[in-house]
Amino acid sequence: MDFKSSDTVPGPRTEDQLPHTAQAAVKIVIVGGFGVGKTTMVGSVSEIRPLTTEETMTQAGIGVDDNYGSESKTATTVAMDFGRISITDQLVLYLFGTPGQERFWFLWNGLFEGALGAVVLIDTRRLEVSFDVMGRLEERGVPFVVAVNSFPDGPRYPIEELRTALDLSPEIPIIECDARRRASSRDVLMTLMRFLHSLAMSGALT
Amino acid sequence: MTPPQRKRRRPRPEHVPPPLPSTPPAAEGGGEEGDKKNPERLYVISGADGARAELDLVTLIVARAAAPPSVTPEQAALLRLCLAPLSVAELSAYLDLPFSAMTALITELITAELVQARAPIVRQALPDRSLLEAVMHGLQKL
Repeated sequence: MDFKSSDTVPGPRTEDQLPHTAQAAVKIVIVGGFGVGKTTMVGSVSEIRPLTTEETMTQAGIGVDDNYGSESKTATTVAMDFGRISITDQLVLYLFGTPGQERFWFLWNGLFEGALGAVVLIDTRRLEVSFDVMGRLEERGVPFVVAVNSFPDGPRYPIEELRTALDLSPEIPIIECDARRRASSRDVLMTLMRFLHSLAMSGALT
Repeated sequence: MTPPQRKRRRPRPEHVPPPLPSTPPAAEGGGEEGDKKNPERLYVISGADGARAELDLVTLIVARAAAPPSVTPEQAALLRLCLAPLSVAELSAYLDLPFSAMTALITELITAELVQARAPIVRQALPDRSLLEAVMHGLQKL
C-alpha cells in the first residue's frame, strides 16, 4: 500500500485537538438511506470538520453485495462520515453517519456495539429505505429515535400517521428536523438523550 | 395520501443476527452453523498468540513516547498525530487507512508501549444516568 511520507500527513488543526484530560468517548450513530442528510446532520453539530473513515469489505459481502460485477472477490469500500462534540474536558461524543443499506450491515457489529443509541433519519419522499434499518436496530436492542428531515418537496404526514406506517411503539420519539441547522440537529440529539434517560429511569424502577 | 407501510422484518436464514449478550443461548444444534455464517468481527481477532487489542472506533489513543527509529513510517505518523488524544476513527481518517489496518498498527504500538489506549464508555443494560446527564448538559451548551 502506498503511504504518504509521515511528514506530509495533515493532522488536526491546533484548535481541533482534544485536551490531554480527555479520558473516554461515547458514540451516537445516525443511520438512514443514501442522500437523506446524515452527513449534513453530522456536519451541522460537529465541532470539527467532518472526517471520513473507511473499511474495506471483502468476503463478508458474499450473498449481500452482488451488484458489482465479479461475484468471486468483490472488495467494496464503505465510508462513514463522522464528527465530534466535546462534552467536558474528560468526555467526548462522536457522531457517525452510516449508510442504511443492507450490504453495509456487517460493519455494524463494530459500530453499534456500545453506541449510546441511534437516530434514524428519514426522508418522507423515500420512507421505505428506512424500514430495514429500524428492524435491524430493534433486533440488536439499540435504542433509537426517528428524525424526519424536512425537504420542501417531500410529502408531509402527521406524526401519528408516520408512527403507524413505521409500526413504531408509542414511546419511541418521532420529531421533525432540518438537518442543515445546528440547533435543529442538536434538538434531535437531545431528544435521543432524553429518551435514553427515560429508559434508564424506567429500568432503574423495575 | 398515506405513507407506505413498514412490514416487520422476518429474520432470513442468511442474515441471522448474533445473539445479544443478554439473550439466552440459542437452541442446540443451530448455534454452530449460525456462527459460521456470521462475518468475523473486524476489530476483535482473538488468537492464542498476540491477540489484537479490542479497539473501538472511538477508543482514544495517546502517544506515550516519541517515535523510535525502529517504527514504520505509518507508525511514526500515527505517533506524531496522537501527541494529544485522538480516536481510532480520526487516526484512520488522517492517515487515510481503513479501520482494520489501523487496529493492526495500533496493536503493535500498544505492545511496544508507545501508545496508551483509553477505552470508550459503552452502553450497558442499565445505562449510567449520570453519564447521560453529562452528555445532555454538554449538548445544551452547543
